Amino acid sequence: MMESIQYKPQDFKSSQEVRWCPGCGDYAVLNSLQKAMAEIGVSPDKTVVISGIGCSSRLPYYVNSYGMHTIHGRASAIASGVKVANPELTVWQVTGDGDCLAIGGNHFIHAVRRNVDLNILLFNNEIYGLTKGQYSPTSRFGFVSKSSPYGTVEEPFSPSQLTLGARGTFFARTLDVDVKTSQDVIVQAAKHKGCSVVEALVNCVIFNDGTHKTITDKDFRADKTIVLKHGEPMIYGKNNDKGLIIDGFSLKSVTLGENGITEKDILVHDANCVDPTLHFILGNMKGDLPVALGVIRNVDQPTYDASVAEQIADVQAKRPIRKLEDFLHTLETWEIN
Amino acid sequence: MSESAKITSLDQVVIRFSGDSGDGMQLTGSLFSNLSAIYGNEISTFPDYPAEIRAPQGTLSGVSGYQVHVGSKKIYTPGDLADVLIAMNPAALKVNKNAIKSTAIVIADSDAFDANSLTKAGYKTDAPFEELNLKGIQLIMTPITSMVKASLSENGMDNKSVLRSKNMFALGLLCWLFNIPVDAAMHLLTNKFKKKQAILQANLKVLTDGYNYGHNTHSSVSTYHVNPTDMPKGTYTDVKGNQATAWGLIAASEKSGLPLFLGSYPITPATEILHELSARKELGVKTFQAEDEIAGICTAIGASFAGSLAATSTSGPGLALKSEAIGLAVMAELPLVIVDVQRGGPSTGLPTKTEQSDLLQALYGRNGESPCVVVAASTPANCFDYAFIASKLALEHMTPVILLTDGFLANGSSAWKLPSMDDYPVIHPPFVHEDMQETWMPYLRNSENYVRYWAVAGKEGFAHRIGGLEKDNATGCISTNPTNHQLMTNLRQAKIDAVAKNIPLLEVQGNEEADVLVVGWGGTFGHLYTAVEEINAAGRKVAFAHFNYINPLPSNTADVLRKYKKIVVCELNNGQFAGYLRSTIEGIHVLQFNKVEGQPFTVSELTNHINSLLEN
Repeated sequence: MMESIQYKPQDFKSSQEVRWCPGCGDYAVLNSLQKAMAEIGVSPDKTVVISGIGCSSRLPYYVNSYGMHTIHGRASAIASGVKVANPELTVWQVTGDGDCLAIGGNHFIHAVRRNVDLNILLFNNEIYGLTKGQYSPTSRFGFVSKSSPYGTVEEPFSPSQLTLGARGTFFARTLDVDVKTSQDVIVQAAKHKGCSVVEALVNCVIFNDGTHKTITDKDFRADKTIVLKHGEPMIYGKNNDKGLIIDGFSLKSVTLGENGITEKDILVHDANCVDPTLHFILGNMKGDLPVALGVIRNVDQPTYDASVAEQIADVQAKRPIRKLEDFLHTLETWEIN
Repeated sequence: MSESAKITSLDQVVIRFSGDSGDGMQLTGSLFSNLSAIYGNEISTFPDYPAEIRAPQGTLSGVSGYQVHVGSKKIYTPGDLADVLIAMNPAALKVNKNAIKSTAIVIADSDAFDANSLTKAGYKTDAPFEELNLKGIQLIMTPITSMVKASLSENGMDNKSVLRSKNMFALGLLCWLFNIPVDAAMHLLTNKFKKKQAILQANLKVLTDGYNYGHNTHSSVSTYHVNPTDMPKGTYTDVKGNQATAWGLIAASEKSGLPLFLGSYPITPATEILHELSARKELGVKTFQAEDEIAGICTAIGASFAGSLAATSTSGPGLALKSEAIGLAVMAELPLVIVDVQRGGPSTGLPTKTEQSDLLQALYGRNGESPCVVVAASTPANCFDYAFIASKLALEHMTPVILLTDGFLANGSSAWKLPSMDDYPVIHPPFVHEDMQETWMPYLRNSENYVRYWAVAGKEGFAHRIGGLEKDNATGCISTNPTNHQLMTNLRQAKIDAVAKNIPLLEVQGNEEADVLVVGWGGTFGHLYTAVEEINAAGRKVAFAHFNYINPLPSNTADVLRKYKKIVVCELNNGQFAGYLRSTIEGIHVLQFNKVEGQPFTVSELTNHINSLLEN
């Protein structure tokens, strides 16, 4: 084992000038990522960042590491190839709601299903920014945009439902403005062995300004969101006096001290629970219930890349042949003399 | 006919095994071709599968065939019309009536020619041979079904299993007809079924009974012997094009020292490449069965970035889906092998049939000026060599290489002398060296062949970013500068052009001094070569040039073509290579001979056409 080097966020900054629009939410997530990378301690040479196409997919140019800015929607597949070919590399996929869930939806669910050890950062601004403002697969029903001047007539995807539906082992959510939670969940995503999906709710200041405002605004963020922590009770609110309890097949928000409710009655978050039912409900919370941030699900399952390598090792333990020529001589052959 | 047994010596014979999908004709055919090869004959085989997995029993669409060409001299094709047909039922007879010579020997299972089977196969009368106008054939009607039942009556097997041994009776008959010792066939079967003793014993019994039946009952019939060839000494096996392709990739992996990664999605007729490579875990091969064709190539691009010899295998529709990703590999200048086993098109087309109609897609089927290397294999066995060469060119020139094979090569087989890896060159990818660290940039190029240096992800001190956006020459930073785009466009083309220095010159075969040059490429080699040989043997003069290197073309191509008065390009499409030559080489006039039937050329249609050109 090599002695670990203490990295600084600066070590993961490339010389390229960052060129997102002033005020774009992506800046904050990039900073959180670079801080997280320093904390994780994997060297830039063993770090690979793969992206597709879109505003957020420019990110690899800004990170000092190996990186590839690929084609629209295919980052999950390319990142899977990198990781399977060399499992020693730490592989990140940077993608947006259009790149990941529209054109790349198929690759995304299959990477999640296979549990390839990738860290997927999904920048969700509910809009196509680079093509200047069309609705995306996460835009809300009725959303008015250049390509939906009378409002959309289609329901959006929920990234958490999609991830858990594809039998995902890790899902976390953060806000661009919440640098502390962002850094924390990105570090946990990297530590998780398997496919980690981090949904970052980001603001598009030009084409969809304020889309997440109802939960990001400082005045009511604490009442509209809950940062889940494994092993801790689900308590939130400006005064830390609200909590979540089970109510039939759903959850209910209650106030501590009212109707005899005490901390003992509040649900304790178990991100490691293999059964995803409660994670599914937590990921769906909105309206009267706070939007869940933090790590919602974090379950250990064998990873695809390690299993591929193990299968090869198992076969090799049983069959001593290592060279093609030796293999060819095991076939049905005949001699011409 | 005389009473004593006669043995007639033959130079070559074409045998067609035909029956219901469940009759085991593929196995019988391949066992017979192996036996012939063991006895020193040249072999070339081609299966003719039905498109359906299991069509209704006894119907025309359920007929499965396997053709074997056995020769005492070098043979290059599975043969045109069959000298011998084994027809296990009336449907098999009907389907093959135009695939046999008018004087062919037909061995048919008389038990299978009952009224019900005749109706299923669409006969209008109860006299099938007359109805098909098969007057000149030599018919050996044999009650195969009832004799197999009798043969295994004390075996205790159920009726269905008993009937499955019918093909071994046919094989026994063939051994008798071609004077192959039955012991050799027994030896092959024993190896094949060593883990299934019950089946083995039944098969051995039926095989011997079939042989003895021929020997005892038809002792007056003339039998045949195909003289052995002078094949080079060595260890041989029977190889199909798809297997050879898979093994050629493994050979390149060994010679480059890079692990092999295949990202692929199942597609007819390319899937066996994925099958073979996923079974080769002892050799360290990693395969990834992706969610679709696009992910197949994209995982390979990722693996290439991480330092593997990366490949993807597909057929025409899959190549169409991969085109955007090939463009990425062109732009990122990463090594990648794309194997396209061509089938009949367009769209879903004729999945189980052969064609050469993906050529222009391989050359040009991408957005932008997007050149890549294109090579084509020309025999089932040399799929090994061209898979090796495709990998070598990809790795040494940092480019995607498309290897074109086709359904005919992929499923056809020939005897193959096992190669010695010492005869294959070491592959040298242009890796970065530690001492380059100060001066290296992602798009710094070798000044002779314009190849950029490869810093594999994970290599210390060389972290960098690449991608599909246009980049500044040398630094690799994103650039929209107009003159830089022109420069990079020129450099990407120059890099592919420079590959010509690394490939052999075009050779002329046949009669070099002739006025007429026959031109072909890829999988039509065997038929074209045989046709040219026959014409020259008959005293007429014709030259022949066959292309394995399509882009770039061998550097002497223009010089060779300009020497001839008449050039005819023969290909299984509407003239794609002919058009490519016209647009690439100025001042040549090119004639075409084309066929788009999903079938290989026949030697006779080629000789007829070439002879007509010689006359005019």
